[in-house]
Amino acid sequence: MEKKIKNTVEDGHGFRSVCYRLWKENKVAVFCALLIVIFALAAICAPLLTPYGYDEIVTDTYRLSQPSLAHPLGTDEVGRDVFTRLLYGARISLMVGIVPTIISMIVGALLGIIAGFVGGKADAVIMRLADIMLAFPSMLLAMVIMYTLGDGIINIFLALALVNWASVARIVRAETLKLKETEYVEAARSIGVSKWKIMMRHILPNCIPSLIVLFTLNIPSAILSESALGFLGLGIEKPMASWGLMVNTGRQYLYTNPWLSLAPSAAIMLVVLAFNFLGDGLRDVLDPHLKNQ
Amino acid sequence: MDKKILLDVQNLKVEYALKGKKKVSAVSDVSLNVYENEILALVGESGCGKSTLGKAMIRLVPPVSGQLYFKGVRIDDLDTKAFMPYRRQMQMIFQDPYACLDPRMSVRDIVAEPLDTYKICESKEATTQRVTELLEAVGLKEDHLYRYAHQFSGGQRQRVGIARAIALNPAFIVCDEPVSALDVSVQNQILNLMKEIKEQYGLTYLFISHDLSVVRFIADRVCVMFLGKLCEIGDTELIYNDPQHPYTKFLLDAIPKADPTQRRASRLLLPGELPSPVDPPAGCRFHTRCPYATAECKNTEPKMKQVKGRMVACHMFD
Repeated sequence: MEKKIKNTVEDGHGFRSVCYRLWKENKVAVFCALLIVIFALAAICAPLLTPYGYDEIVTDTYRLSQPSLAHPLGTDEVGRDVFTRLLYGARISLMVGIVPTIISMIVGALLGIIAGFVGGKADAVIMRLADIMLAFPSMLLAMVIMYTLGDGIINIFLALALVNWASVARIVRAETLKLKETEYVEAARSIGVSKWKIMMRHILPNCIPSLIVLFTLNIPSAILSESALGFLGLGIEKPMASWGLMVNTGRQYLYTNPWLSLAPSAAIMLVVLAFNFLGDGLRDVLDPHLKNQ
Repeated sequence: MDKKILLDVQNLKVEYALKGKKKVSAVSDVSLNVYENEILALVGESGCGKSTLGKAMIRLVPPVSGQLYFKGVRIDDLDTKAFMPYRRQMQMIFQDPYACLDPRMSVRDIVAEPLDTYKICESKEATTQRVTELLEAVGLKEDHLYRYAHQFSGGQRQRVGIARAIALNPAFIVCDEPVSALDVSVQNQILNLMKEIKEQYGLTYLFISHDLSVVRFIADRVCVMFLGKLCEIGDTELIYNDPQHPYTKFLLDAIPKADPTQRRASRLLLPGELPSPVDPPAGCRFHTRCPYATAECKNTEPKMKQVKGRMVACHMFD
């Protein structure tokens, strides 16, 4: 009577099987993942793809030059190659998207699990802290932090991580409260597994699908925050390039040299959309309730 | 009586707090003995506190008052650390085979968890070896080791749950409706497996169930519960053939009969609804539904007394 069991790529948690199902169910998400990889590679290999430096003034006779073979996106108001700055800007924007998101995920997940599982005073303290963070408009908070700490990439990381951990903690806490009541957690308690081990071995792994989705959805918001900060003149130190900064400086020449703003805007839009679509696709694939259908 | 007492439960009381100052008393003032090597069944309708009592007996739910003695040692007041050696002697098999196994762990890791927690095996290989033995003991194969729970059928999952429960060589296992979520054909397999394993490992079961025919098949003694209180406790055949407590009579009469000519002929039907455990009736808790209730039943709680070879709590036998 026992059913025969198959162990295939269609049915598992491994990297390969997730990729397989993603390809089968949502091709757009796979293309988005490829696009992200291409952007990342372009950012890493920037010195190989362009002969100029990001702060190198390539022409001083005619600064705002139109696109040409030598300068595919023209040059900006100081005479730097826009395509080169776009590539170097990808480094900043992708890093600012990923690093603070990872920091806020780790901090938020740990605090959320502790709040949800331990409950009582720990829960009250952590969640009131999170409420305080969430009560501030996040953009304003990031701006205040940047004003106080000054420009610099490390400070952007800190500001964005500080703004984002609270929402992660809230979501993970809710998930933990749900998982805490499951029979397999009760089974672990009946065995005598310690609280810490239950949190690390049972609760955290079962939060991972939500965390991955949250991760891909938080990255675009971090990139947008950095762009907004850059647009306001806060953020990285000049003459480093970041997409937000480029949109801002190009704004003045929108009628004569629109690509100065439009090229970085398009890059932001593409990366943000790619991460969002990838996140949606991953959510469908990793959700255990949808998986068995 | 030459039977040795394994777990002695005295005046156990469990309450759940509701919003405000209200409380639900899920288990109130229950005393019972579990003897070594027996299968004691706990029956009663949904919401009467069977599962809570079972969990409280192995300290998964904290009691409000009462004592627990395991092999003569008081265990209800031990702290977590001092309780650990007793914890490993009391395990649990759960109701829902779909929810009791962590979906992100392989079968090997699930069954190895108790072994790792008490550091029983010296190396990873030894643990895997032991897990394989346990899986074979419950009728699974070695190549199931690295599968995940969702790749199994309900019966196979329940086998994994049993393997996990016996991994520590416990003395006492609380089985919380272990077969009620399974197909009838699979129920039989699992019940036979549980019986076999009980003989092989010298186990004692507390078998919580609402399925009376399953209980008759497996249990040595039966304990009938109504709204957090025990009604009747005694040997299975004695109770099934000649129930004394009115509630037991109604309960046994509700078993569907396979013979159509016998249907409805003598069916007793219980009037009314189950009283709310938030506000249980005074006196005997069953008196609001009992056709034999007298004035005494409304005022004083009946005590357990010996009637025809079993214990019954009813004023009819005063």
